[in-house]
Amino acid sequence: MTTEAILAGFGGQGILFAGKLLAYLGLNQDKQVSWLPSYGPEMRGGTANCSVCLSDHPIGSPYVTDPDVLIAMNGPSYDKFIDSVKPGGIAIIDSTLVTKECTRTDIRSFRIPSTELAAQHGLPGMANIILVGKLIKETGIAVIDAVRPALEKMIPPKKANLIEANMKALALGMAL
Amino acid sequence: MERNLMKGNEALAEAAIRAGCKGFFGYPITPQTEISAYMAKRMPKVGGVFLQAESEIAAINMVYGCASSGVRCMTSSSSPGISLKSEGVSYMAGSDLPCVIVNVMRGGPGLGGIQPSQSDYWQATRALGHGDFQILVFAPSSVQEMADYMGKAFDLSDKYRMPAMILADGLLGQMMEPVTFGSEEIHTPDPALKPWATNGHGNKRKHNIVNSLYLQAEELENLVVERFKRYEIVKSEVHEAECYRTDDAEIVVAAYGSVARLAKAAVDLAREAGIKAGLVRPITLWPFPVQEVKDACRNAKRVLCVEMSMGQMIEDVKLALDCRVPVDFYGRTGGVIPKPSAILEQIKILNEKGAE
Repeated sequence: MTTEAILAGFGGQGILFAGKLLAYLGLNQDKQVSWLPSYGPEMRGGTANCSVCLSDHPIGSPYVTDPDVLIAMNGPSYDKFIDSVKPGGIAIIDSTLVTKECTRTDIRSFRIPSTELAAQHGLPGMANIILVGKLIKETGIAVIDAVRPALEKMIPPKKANLIEANMKALALGMAL
Repeated sequence: MERNLMKGNEALAEAAIRAGCKGFFGYPITPQTEISAYMAKRMPKVGGVFLQAESEIAAINMVYGCASSGVRCMTSSSSPGISLKSEGVSYMAGSDLPCVIVNVMRGGPGLGGIQPSQSDYWQATRALGHGDFQILVFAPSSVQEMADYMGKAFDLSDKYRMPAMILADGLLGQMMEPVTFGSEEIHTPDPALKPWATNGHGNKRKHNIVNSLYLQAEELENLVVERFKRYEIVKSEVHEAECYRTDDAEIVVAAYGSVARLAKAAVDLAREAGIKAGLVRPITLWPFPVQEVKDACRNAKRVLCVEMSMGQMIEDVKLALDCRVPVDFYGRTGGVIPKPSAILEQIKILNEKGAE
């Protein structure tokens, strides 16, 4: 089984971090994984995106063109990628920032006001993790207990206090 | 063994350290800067030297100096920076010095762009500088191979006393995949095992000279001819390619590096559609794996060369096949990545054309 995902939004929203979290979740389950970022000026405030593949088999193309799962965190990213989602796939959309309703009927789409939710719950900058929580719930690619060890690998010890906040954001997303 | 999730650039840097590289000299450029950043952090901890030079030209000349002393050393850059290094690489080839040069290719010519590309194939395999010479060229296709071929490049560079290159691209450098390293131990080759090295010896032997200047034409000719005899040995000993589903393949795709990954996905899709497709992936680009390519194409009606360039490796594929099989080309350039679906379309078109 292979899951291909595209995560896209503005630089600074934690798109690459959210993609890395998915990759680490796969790594900890002994899956084959790849994480391919857009790089260069995007990282400094333009649009950023990354491709993530999780598979039981060696990964051919790490470059995802037709994702099973899309996380879109801004309007331009939504416009660019929504039509590429495979029929039967999943789109998880930050509805605080993407105003358009999703008109595709052959995919499951979820509009979640994650930026607003993050602000309400005192989790600034963690709208990305709320959406990852929803992704985990809808795809079943990992259980919540697997997330903490992944975060521990990703977050340096001196920022360990952020792990709890990430877990809170994730639980919030999974409850939606 | 622990699986680490690392960028290709980082895996390559770690592998270099474990292979006993003790000198890194570079200058930052996207998309290879993570190599420098990683070396800056790690090198001081293993008793090595990390030095950010004032330019690419300075960096390659520092490599020349370090390699002369018999110490394993390297530099890395991306396309425009590699052009700047070409003078130094030629001097190193002319002085029979080992070193590893990493090129994480980006779009060109000129300053070009920063997105992945393979348009430096000719530069790497034909003429990375002036004069009669070759360098070893390895083309990894995964983060694991970025690590594996780094060690190999150092070993073979020492063995044949010639510069070696890892020819990667922005996609391989930037992507993260699981990677394992053979052992925790850092290999430390003894510089004294290089009897030609210009290291200190307390006047106990005749002094060595590292030099590429020979004003007597016959003397220079002899040296170059001897070097080319060595290249013939290299050709017979170093040639590597991966063959994937080529046994009965009627359409064989030839691709290297990251593009081979995309081509492999396209080959699988073609097989699902009932087309007998396969992939041959040269891993050594110089020497080119002539026999492996020939073998992979023995049942081929057509060959499709896919590259992120206007078509450079295709010439070596044609030469390997002695033009006995028609070789077509599909490529994207300037930093555009070819989609597996577009490669599949080309396979389908060739399959319909058959051997006409």
